[in-house]
Amino acid sequence: MLFLPILIPLISIILLIASRHRLKLQQWLSIVSVLAQLIIALTIFFNLSETGHLVAQAGSWPAPYGITFVADYTSAILLIAVSLIAVAAIIYSIGFVDQVRQRGGLFVLFQGLLTGVYGSLLTGDIFNLYVWFEVMVISSFVLITLGAEKQQLRASVKYLVMNLIGSMLFVAAIGLLYSQLGTLNMADIAYKLRSEAIPPLVNSAIMLFFIAFGIKAAVFPFFFWLPASYPTPPIAITAFFGATLTKVGVYVMLRFYSLFAQLDAPFWQPVIFVVAGLTMVFGVLMAASSYDIRKILSFHIISQIGYMLMGIGLFSVIGLAGAIFFIVHNMFSKTATFMAGGLIYLYKGTYDLKKLGWVYKTKPFLAFLFLIPALSLAGIPPTPGFFGKFFLLYAGFEGAHWTITIVALVVSILTLFSMVKIWNEAMWKPEVESANLSVKSVRPAAWVGTVIAVVFTLLLGLTVGFTYDYFAQAGQQLIDPMNYIKAVLPELIAK
Amino acid sequence: MNIVLSIFMLFGLAAIAPFVNQRFPKLSGWLLSLVPAGLFVWFLSKIPAVVQGVSISESYPWLAAMGINFSFELDGLSLLFALLVTGIGALILIYAGYYMRSYQKTNRFFGYLVFFMASMLGLVTASDWILLFMFWEFTSVSSFVLIGFKHEKSAAREAALQALLITGLGGLALLAGLIMMSLPYGDFGFDAVINTPELFLESKLFIPATILILIGAFTKSAIFPFHFWLPGAMQAPSPVSAFLHSATMVKAGIYLLARLHPVMESQELWIYTLSVFGVVTMIVGAWFALAQQDLKKILAYTTVSALGTLVLLIGTSTAYSITAALVFLLVHAFYKATLFMMAGNIEKKTGTRDIRKLGQLSRYMPVATVISLLALLSMSGIPPMIGFIGKELMYEAKLNAPEAGNFILIMGFLANAFTVFVSFRFAYEVFWGKSVAFQKPPHEPDVSLLTGPAVLVLISLVLGIFPNQVADLLGPAFQAILPAEQLIKLKLWHGFNEILLLSFLTVLLGVVMFAFRAKIIQVVSYMNLNFFNAKLSQKFFSGIDVFLSLTKKKTAVVQHGYHRFYLMTIFISAGLLLLLTTNAIDFSVDFSWHQSPLNYLIFLAAIMIIAGSVVVITAKSRLLALIATGFVGIGITIIFIIYSGVDLAITMVMVETLTVVIGAMVVYYLPKYLDYSGVGARIRDGIVAVFFGGVMSYLALQTTSPEGMDKISAFFAANSYTKAFGENIVNVILVDFRALDTLGEIVVLALAAIGIVSLLKLNAHKKSSR
Repeated sequence: MLFLPILIPLISIILLIASRHRLKLQQWLSIVSVLAQLIIALTIFFNLSETGHLVAQAGSWPAPYGITFVADYTSAILLIAVSLIAVAAIIYSIGFVDQVRQRGGLFVLFQGLLTGVYGSLLTGDIFNLYVWFEVMVISSFVLITLGAEKQQLRASVKYLVMNLIGSMLFVAAIGLLYSQLGTLNMADIAYKLRSEAIPPLVNSAIMLFFIAFGIKAAVFPFFFWLPASYPTPPIAITAFFGATLTKVGVYVMLRFYSLFAQLDAPFWQPVIFVVAGLTMVFGVLMAASSYDIRKILSFHIISQIGYMLMGIGLFSVIGLAGAIFFIVHNMFSKTATFMAGGLIYLYKGTYDLKKLGWVYKTKPFLAFLFLIPALSLAGIPPTPGFFGKFFLLYAGFEGAHWTITIVALVVSILTLFSMVKIWNEAMWKPEVESANLSVKSVRPAAWVGTVIAVVFTLLLGLTVGFTYDYFAQAGQQLIDPMNYIKAVLPELIAK
Repeated sequence: MNIVLSIFMLFGLAAIAPFVNQRFPKLSGWLLSLVPAGLFVWFLSKIPAVVQGVSISESYPWLAAMGINFSFELDGLSLLFALLVTGIGALILIYAGYYMRSYQKTNRFFGYLVFFMASMLGLVTASDWILLFMFWEFTSVSSFVLIGFKHEKSAAREAALQALLITGLGGLALLAGLIMMSLPYGDFGFDAVINTPELFLESKLFIPATILILIGAFTKSAIFPFHFWLPGAMQAPSPVSAFLHSATMVKAGIYLLARLHPVMESQELWIYTLSVFGVVTMIVGAWFALAQQDLKKILAYTTVSALGTLVLLIGTSTAYSITAALVFLLVHAFYKATLFMMAGNIEKKTGTRDIRKLGQLSRYMPVATVISLLALLSMSGIPPMIGFIGKELMYEAKLNAPEAGNFILIMGFLANAFTVFVSFRFAYEVFWGKSVAFQKPPHEPDVSLLTGPAVLVLISLVLGIFPNQVADLLGPAFQAILPAEQLIKLKLWHGFNEILLLSFLTVLLGVVMFAFRAKIIQVVSYMNLNFFNAKLSQKFFSGIDVFLSLTKKKTAVVQHGYHRFYLMTIFISAGLLLLLTTNAIDFSVDFSWHQSPLNYLIFLAAIMIIAGSVVVITAKSRLLALIATGFVGIGITIIFIIYSGVDLAITMVMVETLTVVIGAMVVYYLPKYLDYSGVGARIRDGIVAVFFGGVMSYLALQTTSPEGMDKISAFFAANSYTKAFGENIVNVILVDFRALDTLGEIVVLALAAIGIVSLLKLNAHKKSSR
């Protein structure tokens, strides 16, 4: 069952290619496929064992020799979150993206990207992780080029180069770690690090991993590719990127911190905090000075990655629960704001705040759709953004990590500021007369996708009382990964 | 019927309010007011129970794991505020129903207004700090949309932004403070901290938590130095000013202070901060009210002064001061809401709120004049209005203040006298004074516009004469703030004593000032311009501008758009981060490997690799560079052969050869090769490359596999023929042991192919469409 999340999109890819001349069929196939993925994700979540794990060995080669797939609460929660947001994103794309791009392979690439994401979430093998990263890189790269506008191609080259550097470091890290420990299985590595003397270069290898993941997650000082490439493709694609790519980067950091880096917490914690703080601050400052909805939101992705890193650094149950909750919150809220921003673009023909105006007056429901996720990003209760922030602040004060917590507080007022800026300029300001903008037709699917994303955002906040336990269990599992190791390597531990 | 239901009824009403207004535009105010009026009656019916000390509480789990619950409690303090919110709320709705007719988009307006009312009711009845915080933020957000209601005007947008940022800042401080306060308990219920305050008072976080909570309360209640957003908020329509910005929302901070007072009353930090900021705000607000010309601005500054007075009275923390605070809270809500509504009426009927353009209105609107005069009497503290009792109690409290009584008394005396002056000026200039030529003669405001003010003024009058009617209500509220003491008995007539003398002198000073009003206003304006020209609001916005231009510059530095510098940044930071991890390692490199056999072959391979790399860097044509990379690849392959990875070497040779061949085919189609970088850039790039390459080489040299380590490759070697039936280990790994990796790589290739096809297709499409 654990392989179904990658098999379903792979089969879908084949079917989609087979039906490449029939757009309607492709659209329906995509929707059915993500719904199936959602069902599988839920099934995995509810079938986790007593300790909260589910393990599968590819080709029945026993761990640590073959490739292991592992689900625990963290990965299962994120699996559900990704498949949920994929439903919204695909429906939205059907309405938003032009026919040429849709025919040019959009849906195949979405499924490819999902394959990579699910694989990264589930794999328990560092080399296999590399492979899923490659799948994500190539799908996202082609998605950026899709449409072949000049600025898209320019951005795509930058994107690819950055990612290749990340891949290179990733492989170097794998080699370094393998030479020290002779294994690729994450649980096996974690076990060896806990049962034998820690070899000297492990920290260097982990650092290489973190740099590679950091490039993916767009943390300071590796975030440059994101604002350069995110605003170029259609916003439906950007929204989907925002929900998946960087979040996977954070997820693997979380996993590696739990399994490996926490053994040398006195070294890693300050590093994580410094990077987290700088990421938050730089992201939000760049957002505050931008006047383009897409850019503001893209910069905000960076800023909010900092919060997730902060949760990793805190490494307490509430802190980690907060980090995971924050990831899910961002997937939903950020995607929803992007989508609403896209609708504004469809109606007004621009993302430029200086030219926009009066959405609130002419499209009140759209303004409302934007308002909810924007309030969530600004952290107003009872939206999920508030709870994410609340958990992190609580854990920060609880652990007496003053500096990072105060930085998080200050950054969040600046976040509020940039959300209000969008509101004031795009929604409230009278329309700029001179703006001569071409308005495109709006297909209903774009509205449906946005509404779904907004509803997810609302529900995530309103149900926090029911879901918190799972987030806390996920945090607990990450703090003590022994059960993870035991689940993957039952015989080894039994010895 | 219970508390949660009452709040949900209001939220429900907020949701349907726009439709009610749409359907019954003429009656919407009256219709909508039925719900809060009903709730008001329901809350009234709870007074006996609360007086007897039965507290009504409800709790539902919310985030129970973290001690956060959906819990509400109706004690004296909550009940007092709930009555204010629902009672004044109902009157405001009646007023707004008529007042807003001349506006567009009023449907939404009623939705927001009722939404605010629901939030405010939740705020004052919640008994969980996070729940309170949620409603607190709701009121900030609804205040934001209501201030910005006339959003076509940039002034309204700016004022809304300013109010939201100030209260949002305070909200964050409050949240941080509340978390710190609740940490020792692991529970966010009011009971935890109120029943066992020692845990908090003795915790390390007491001082930061207190300061943060105070910032939260001060921003909300427009206490100096955060007061400036309130006059700006006068951009909102008058019903909003009357309801949010005088009677209820700005009292939320006061409510919070009162709520926490039993925990904090023994703490000097608390007492002194409240007293100092209270006094300063009281006098600053009164001073700036003196020379204002806009009716609503006058009222806004006196509101600031009143809020300061309330903070001061809580901080004084005696039986007199708390009684005075409670009475003054009511007094102020009554007269200020009335006056704001009247200011709105005046603006509506005459088209201006500028006191210089108004006059002789008593001729046109006698009923409105009487109502306003009574409210102004209450504001000046003149009998028989309840305002008089409020002021008497205030003087009593200040005379009995435990510390700095004289200073506080003088300041209070001045602030009161200023208020008297402002009231007289308001009354005289607007209703009598000069005669003004109105474009069309104003007439009496309509019944709906006068109902609310008339009711409130009547209550002020009745309570002034029979003050003990309200004592039942204030007693339990008093108990919630200062459990150790008792409410002082309320009387209109205290006999001839120093307090009555003070009251008399206050009015006298006010009247004398009024007699010299022209001079006073001139002097005050002059002083404001030359000495107190703080213009905090403008500083706030120029601060934002400075911040924005700064970030713009910083962003330009960081996000400059030059790809090569991004790459350099990445390599340099990656190298530095890696160096950080090596500080524990000794820098001696183990060269024992050179004793292994065949090392001359190694040198051959090394020479190939190095020479190939040098050619790649210096090559002037792409083809040459490509061939040189192939050379490097073969060198690496030789290393594999030496270290007996024959299977791998075979694969490598294939890959390297194909790369060069395919690459050579592509090179043919590429544009001519140009060399852009100068010598300096090359040296710079070289340094970065050598640095990062050096770090990586160092790591590689340090890598020594421990002897006898278990490697998974041993398993592959042992099982590839026996279990997987393959002779070439590399192949078996690729297609069996780790087939999933291969599957992934196939996907990569397939997707790349799709990308190429779609690029070609789109290109063709574009060409044909041209």
